[in-house]
Amino acid sequence: MTAPVPKLALRDVDRRFGSQSILRGLSIDVFPGETLVLIGESGCGKSLTLKLIMDLLAPSSGVVAWDGEDVATIPPRERTRRRLRFGYLFQGAALFDSLSVYENVAFGLKQNTDLSPDRMQEIVADRLHEVGLSDAICDRKPAQLSGGQKKRVALARALALMPEVMFYDEPTTGLDPIMTDVINELIVQTSRSRPVTSIVVTHEMSTVRKVADRVVMLYPTSRLDEHESQVIFNGTAAEAFESEDPRVLQFVLGQAGDRLRELEAAR
Amino acid sequence: MSAVATRPPIDTPVHALGRVILNAVSAVGDLTLFALALARGLVAGAPRRDVLLPAMYQIGVLSVPVVLITGAFIGMVLAVQGFDQLRMMHMESRLGSVINVSLVKELGPVLAAVMLAGRVGCAIAAELGTMRVTEQIDALRALGADPIRYLVVPRFLACVLLIPTLTVLGDATGMLGGGIFATQVLGIDDFYFWHHTFRFITAFDFLSGLFKSVFFGGTIAVVACHRGFHCGAGAEGVGRAATETFVLSFVLILALDFMLGILIGTTYRLIWPAPITIA
Repeated sequence: MTAPVPKLALRDVDRRFGSQSILRGLSIDVFPGETLVLIGESGCGKSLTLKLIMDLLAPSSGVVAWDGEDVATIPPRERTRRRLRFGYLFQGAALFDSLSVYENVAFGLKQNTDLSPDRMQEIVADRLHEVGLSDAICDRKPAQLSGGQKKRVALARALALMPEVMFYDEPTTGLDPIMTDVINELIVQTSRSRPVTSIVVTHEMSTVRKVADRVVMLYPTSRLDEHESQVIFNGTAAEAFESEDPRVLQFVLGQAGDRLRELEAAR
Repeated sequence: MSAVATRPPIDTPVHALGRVILNAVSAVGDLTLFALALARGLVAGAPRRDVLLPAMYQIGVLSVPVVLITGAFIGMVLAVQGFDQLRMMHMESRLGSVINVSLVKELGPVLAAVMLAGRVGCAIAAELGTMRVTEQIDALRALGADPIRYLVVPRFLACVLLIPTLTVLGDATGMLGGGIFATQVLGIDDFYFWHHTFRFITAFDFLSGLFKSVFFGGTIAVVACHRGFHCGAGAEGVGRAATETFVLSFVLILALDFMLGILIGTTYRLIWPAPITIA
């Protein structure tokens, strides 16, 4: 039996900014239908990994592949078209300030389809209901929404084009515990209600426990030996909480350990 | 777990000079690539009306009051300064030509451009910079929109198409302000004031001012959008992008004014080689 083709893959990917190397030799496979959760310290390159997979940034070296095809070999226009199969929930929601909630959710539809205004309105209302919002907020501007509402509107916008792949970049950051659980539940429901492959970047262990089929932990390159892999854990959520690697255990249990002394020494 | 040993960076005056040169070359290259991307965006087709019209309103209509006020004051300042100089030579009746030729050929276009750089350029850089740091530009790409076509092309077109109108308005209020002050306060006969004005201003002067303003508008838009797109992180980055936009636009406007002045003067002499005589 042949191994399934990963929906998304990174092969030996490096990404440098000037002399600073953020990702080094990173290889990750994401298989169709699975929800992969990326964890790791701030600055280790989790959000960067999402942007590389989404082709919002190019790697310094290595290969990013969609359905087994090297993204660099796909013509730019075709790449833009295929990127529409991906939905992206940005860390700060990234709603367009000057547009209303309706215009934000309908943005992708207006840009990429010839749907009638009535049909578009229907889809926007459906997506808003799907994330637990009423279409009464359609005329509001993003500045008039709470943090949780912004995240849900951003999720509705990402889902409007019925994506095959969803990227969630710290979807629960800055939210209260109840709203955090609401967002986690929406991620789970989205995965159940449609055949979607998901990558979630998070620091919240409640999110890891609730949504992850598989967990990958990245480690900052600056604290690794030259030939050491940046992926220091790849397994289920339960395995992460029982890991024998002290770095993984320290992170998932949220223990400062020697980090404070290390940070002081670095200063 | 030991960290990889790295050599301490070498830092001598030669290295520092090298860094400055590399940064300058890289900045010019980056700006050129950005301008080329804009050119591709312009060729790809006209932007949607619902994107272009708000940009034109923000950039053109809302700039009218500040251009009118500045123009009027510049006309009056020129009247005050020119009057004393010309009175010493008993030529104060020619004040109209001095004020208005300066206004139409140089000060009108340059001041309208400086006002646009200050009011609009900084606002564009801050707006696009904020969009960048809050990932809205990435969101545009994720939703299948080309940020250059969606954000830069409408602002560029609005600046280029509307700055000649703003220049005409600035010229007109400057002439009016200078004329009213000269005739009503300084006591110059209004027949001679306007007679000398229209005797010395040619259609070529007027059109050369408008021609220059188009380049100024384009420069402001490219610099402002580029700084916004390459803005650093946080509020500090946005503030720096706005400041850099004004400073760089101002310097480029003056440099362009100088170069275009030479080009226009040469062209004029090629078309009309006869020496200019003052009657």
